[in-house]
Amino acid sequence: MTTTTAPAPARPVAGPRLRTRRGHSVDKPRRSVLLTVLTTVVGLYAVVPLVWLIINATKAQDDLFGSFGLWFAGDFSLFQNIADTLTYNDGIFVRWLGNTLLYVVVGAGGATALAVLGGYGLAKFQFPGKRAVFAIVIGAVAVPGTALAVPTFLMFSQMGLTNTPWAVIIPSLISPFGLYLMWTFAAEAIPTELLEAARMDGASEARTFAQICLPLLGPGIVTVLLFTMVATWNNYFLPLIMLKDPDWYPLTVGLNSWNAQAATAGGQAIFNLVITGSVLTILPLIAAFLLLQRFWQSGLASGSVKE
Amino acid sequence: MTARTRRTLVRTVALAGALSLGLAACSGGGDSGSGSDDASGGGGSLTIWAWEPALTDVVADFQEDHPDVDIELVNAGTGNDQYTALQNAIAAGSGVPDVAQIEYYAVPQFAIGESLTDLTEFGADELDGTFSPGPWNAVQQGEGIYNLPMDSGPMALFYNAAVFDRLGVEVPTTWDEYLEAARALHAADPSVYIASDTGDAGSATSMIWQAGGQPYQVDGTDVTIDFTDEGTQKYTDLWQQMIDEGLLSDISGWTDEWYQGLGNGTLATLVVGAWMPANLESGVAQASGDWRVAPMPQWEAGQSVTAENGGSGLSIPAGTQNAELAYEFLEYATAGDGVQTRIDAGAFPATVADLESEEFLGKEFEYFGGQKANEILAQSAADVAEGWQYLPFQVYANSIFNDTAGQAYVSDTTLQDGLLDWQEKSIAYGNEQGFSVD
Amino acid sequence: MTQTVPPPVVADPLRTARRPARRGRWTGWGFVGPFMAVFALVFLAPIVYSIYLSLFRQQLVGGNAFVGFENYTRAFGDPAFWSSLGRVTLFLAVQVPIMLGIALLVALALDSGRLYGKSFFRISIFMPYAVPAVVATLMWGFMYGTRFGLVGNINDAFGISLPNPLSPDLVLLSIGNIVTWSFVGYNMLIFYSALRVVPASLYEAAAIDGAGQWRVIRSIKLPAIRGALVIATIFSIIGSFQLFNEPSILQKLAPNAITTSFTPNMYAYSLSFSGQQYNYSATVAIIMGLVTMVVAYAVQLRGMRKEA
Repeated sequence: MTTTTAPAPARPVAGPRLRTRRGHSVDKPRRSVLLTVLTTVVGLYAVVPLVWLIINATKAQDDLFGSFGLWFAGDFSLFQNIADTLTYNDGIFVRWLGNTLLYVVVGAGGATALAVLGGYGLAKFQFPGKRAVFAIVIGAVAVPGTALAVPTFLMFSQMGLTNTPWAVIIPSLISPFGLYLMWTFAAEAIPTELLEAARMDGASEARTFAQICLPLLGPGIVTVLLFTMVATWNNYFLPLIMLKDPDWYPLTVGLNSWNAQAATAGGQAIFNLVITGSVLTILPLIAAFLLLQRFWQSGLASGSVKE
Repeated sequence: MTARTRRTLVRTVALAGALSLGLAACSGGGDSGSGSDDASGGGGSLTIWAWEPALTDVVADFQEDHPDVDIELVNAGTGNDQYTALQNAIAAGSGVPDVAQIEYYAVPQFAIGESLTDLTEFGADELDGTFSPGPWNAVQQGEGIYNLPMDSGPMALFYNAAVFDRLGVEVPTTWDEYLEAARALHAADPSVYIASDTGDAGSATSMIWQAGGQPYQVDGTDVTIDFTDEGTQKYTDLWQQMIDEGLLSDISGWTDEWYQGLGNGTLATLVVGAWMPANLESGVAQASGDWRVAPMPQWEAGQSVTAENGGSGLSIPAGTQNAELAYEFLEYATAGDGVQTRIDAGAFPATVADLESEEFLGKEFEYFGGQKANEILAQSAADVAEGWQYLPFQVYANSIFNDTAGQAYVSDTTLQDGLLDWQEKSIAYGNEQGFSVD
Repeated sequence: MTQTVPPPVVADPLRTARRPARRGRWTGWGFVGPFMAVFALVFLAPIVYSIYLSLFRQQLVGGNAFVGFENYTRAFGDPAFWSSLGRVTLFLAVQVPIMLGIALLVALALDSGRLYGKSFFRISIFMPYAVPAVVATLMWGFMYGTRFGLVGNINDAFGISLPNPLSPDLVLLSIGNIVTWSFVGYNMLIFYSALRVVPASLYEAAAIDGAGQWRVIRSIKLPAIRGALVIATIFSIIGSFQLFNEPSILQKLAPNAITTSFTPNMYAYSLSFSGQQYNYSATVAIIMGLVTMVVAYAVQLRGMRKEA
């Protein structure tokens, strides 16, 4: 699609100095309406279902089934729905939200820490077995997780971990993709000369990492954190297997149990709360993304001060 | 026996794994789950896995009478989700609840795996006559009783009277009339279907049950499966016509579209168990006053034969330390004061005394326009055809119903061929699992 | 597995080697060790256990017995397994190129700086990734409804009759759409962030040469993000072979079109959770793991060849 646009006019080169990447692409090219329209198509594709979700969060249970999906129904019940969602079943939703936050903070935080350490180690050190590490990681990831659920459950059960938050947190500490991202990022972002200089000064490896490398890895860390956060926030299958006690459910499992409730004899159909709950589930993630994006932007710029 | 082998094996592997990782794992020691040590006497604690909402109140009342007892009521998923969890817990040998809700069709599977406590040792056999015959037969396996019936699902015809009136169609009393009504409704208003069906193992087996079919014969581990008997034929002949003529909507049950169809008059009837009213009241509130209940359509005019559809009871998984206390709760919830609590919450009981009580029969349902619906539903409970058996691996069999018989709804395969395919795959599975099936 | 225990990180200020490789051969493990230790617990141990399980057969009646490779021979002759593998292979061949293609084009468009409202697009296209699969599938399931869903609305409004997206012929396409919707933004972001770290000097050199946009894309941008492309492809391949969440939730809406052996992963799940055939389920999982690994390595070898 991009090929249809005219080549950008060449911009005179300012000089041989180091320049940030921002300078290149933001202020140089002419904006293209055609390209914007084409991207808008993709944007609409992404957004319309979300609009459906938000519109339907404003409907009461009756209207939900009785009105056109992409427009508002008679009564605007959004606030009622939110209130109901937060208070239904003694406010279990709030508890789920708290659980999810716990899993995200400990799980995604831990996953990011492990991936940063591991990626840095892979990028900047030679050690026995290094080549095997990534091969093993990719190989293990290739085995379907759903089929490993039972063995994992039986193992965790023997360790007394099932039905505790650890059963959710420990598996989410591993982000193979995060490891890869940090590996490639660290390889590029940290000049080897810098490390050698630090070593010559007698800094310990831990100190070198913490004081010199970590700041350089900022944007990579934020990216990995973003991905692990989303993954933990949306984690569904493993908690479903590991947890029996609704008090420890994350939001995804809780919402699905509300959804399943409609198919239970004597159960109450609460699709409206499922939908409102879904919106409430997504919002914090989008907020976090908007927030992290700022770091991500500035981080990217500073991270690329290198040739 | 098998559980023990498995448990040792799991422990060994887990231990080996933990050791090689250099982690200080306390293997086995931390088994929680079953709670307290001494069940006898006043105190004790129970873990109950159940999804029936009304049990919350029952538990609260029970605790009022037994202040020393500590009960944890856990919703570990509905139906199959919970069975999976239960099977996993049994396999792992830890975290097994003291009481579990189990649907009748799944009871034989757990009983034959020796996963449930035989309740005759606590005197459950004395409850003979307390429950209506359908559920009571379902919870017995050989000499043992493995479950106490909580609710039941004698079938009836739920129909949207407003739609029938508007389109001038008579409410069917036989299956022939049902077919006629299906044609008439759809012809009068093409957006209206008499029902939706995308293939449901529970419904199909219940229909065959009512038609007198007995495809499953079980004697211990000797099992026969035969979907060519006369009862099955009656069902497939009728339903094949419904499918061929496009008289069934292709909306799957229990989805939001389905609820919408029930609410806006495009799905005109439901042939289901007597537990349905509570679901209609909460899920299809906008059609309140439009719906009525009628006896299940008959294969021969003038007969009154019905079948059970769904329903569940409470079991005590094997190996719990608190079996006595657990049984006390079972009795309270299924045959004691707990029954009325659940009826008040909208459940349909399995106890004969309640099914015959005037208060129960005289209840006027606002949702059904003041109709005394329980009269019809209770009559249905008394008319359930005898001799039906489920497979000792019905949970798995039901899970592959749509792979096989369900294909009749979306391809040229006939329902009869689909059922034969289902039969074949069920036989193969049963033999693989060590049963002797043919 | 024992080697994953991390040795202590020893700081030795006196011996500062010029080349990191020479300084403490095992130092790298100090950083990689924690990851690998947890990894061994949550991935390797269950896999080893699964391999062990795959050599046995447990029956509801009759107990447990060692059967050697019998489960494997059974899998090789199991039509349900092969048809599910064929289905995800088809899915892989069609959905992954489309998804990655869209993601790449959007990433290039964003990076070109020629878009109005760039940050809006970046966020909005990424947002679907934040929607849990459960919610995403519920949502699309509603819109696929031919009677009261969006498809039904369109049919009514235009008096046409769109085919049912959940019919057996189209359901794979419909699932592909949900997956694409969910993951375009995710892949876009990976490509985009890879593009953002391309050194500015390369563009300057290209500008001096008078290279056009298209040249810049072909000669600078694409080679620069080759690594990201390869890894996104590998993870998409793994994702396709492991397709599970979307079909299994849609199964409620289309029980006949989506069978219990629709994908290998669903098959393994159904064997294990409905059928209690843990052993055979483990076997299917191991075979799928091997197949996925072979394909992923092939892609990696091919993709990385020019870099070596």
